Amino acid sequence: MPSLQDCLVLSALLFAVGLAGALARRNAIIVLIGIELMLNAANLNFLAFWRHGPHPEALTGVVFTLFSIGVAAAETAVGLALIIAVYRHTRSTDPEDWQRLKG
Amino acid sequence: MRAAFFILAVVTLIGAVGAIALRRLIHCALSAALAFAGLAGIYLMLGAEFVSFAQVLVYLGAVAVLIVFAILLTPPAAETRAQPFCKPCLLGLGVAVLVFGVVWSSVLASSVVWRPAATAVPASSAKLIGRALMTDAVLPLEVLGLLLTAALIGAVVLAWREKEGSD
Repeated sequence: MPSLQDCLVLSALLFAVGLAGALARRNAIIVLIGIELMLNAANLNFLAFWRHGPHPEALTGVVFTLFSIGVAAAETAVGLALIIAVYRHTRSTDPEDWQRLKG
Repeated sequence: MRAAFFILAVVTLIGAVGAIALRRLIHCALSAALAFAGLAGIYLMLGAEFVSFAQVLVYLGAVAVLIVFAILLTPPAAETRAQPFCKPCLLGLGVAVLVFGVVWSSVLASSVVWRPAATAVPASSAKLIGRALMTDAVLPLEVLGLLLTAALIGAVVLAWREKEGSD
């Protein structure tokens, strides 16, 4: 079984990689992938703390992770639909081109 | 056992880095699927079999396919820019490295991570998870069902192709 520290370091690395993708890429789909990676890092933390916590029989970490996966699925579906809808208007998936609402 | 975890961790990280650093979008999507698969293996090692299968079903089966469909539906314009990263790219990378440094140092400084874990694998069968979902977590479960229904309808409405002229 992986130790808690290994899981936390891996999770921090995944989160940082996802954050870099969400901040630095010029494609909205890659930004969404970065957000998914960050959500997955949080899920890994939930499971690691559940497995190493004092009361693993309560199954809180597992149940919370299942809810997190469900919410992430809904978020991905709506996010990709939004990207496709905006793409129809601007013919671009670069968030820097989406400036019509800029004040 | 530790070696298996490190192999899975390296596979996951390679997939994650490839997902945000590769140039072709379709390679990014496949690389993200690799990262999701590696995470499913790590969940399995942590003793959460049901979550691991849910990860495979939802992320590999649904999210990766959705991303591929979105990539196919949004072909890049004719004059593709050569630069896939935005101007303040270094700033974004710096923020990410900074966040990782803060989290990493606090993980190393924490006393929680050194506590020995319970060696016995906790029982987390689908039966027990189902019972927990239907008793303690029944209200969040219903709310999640409502959310998924709303997201389904919302995604269809958003992605609906409008008739020419009604725009």
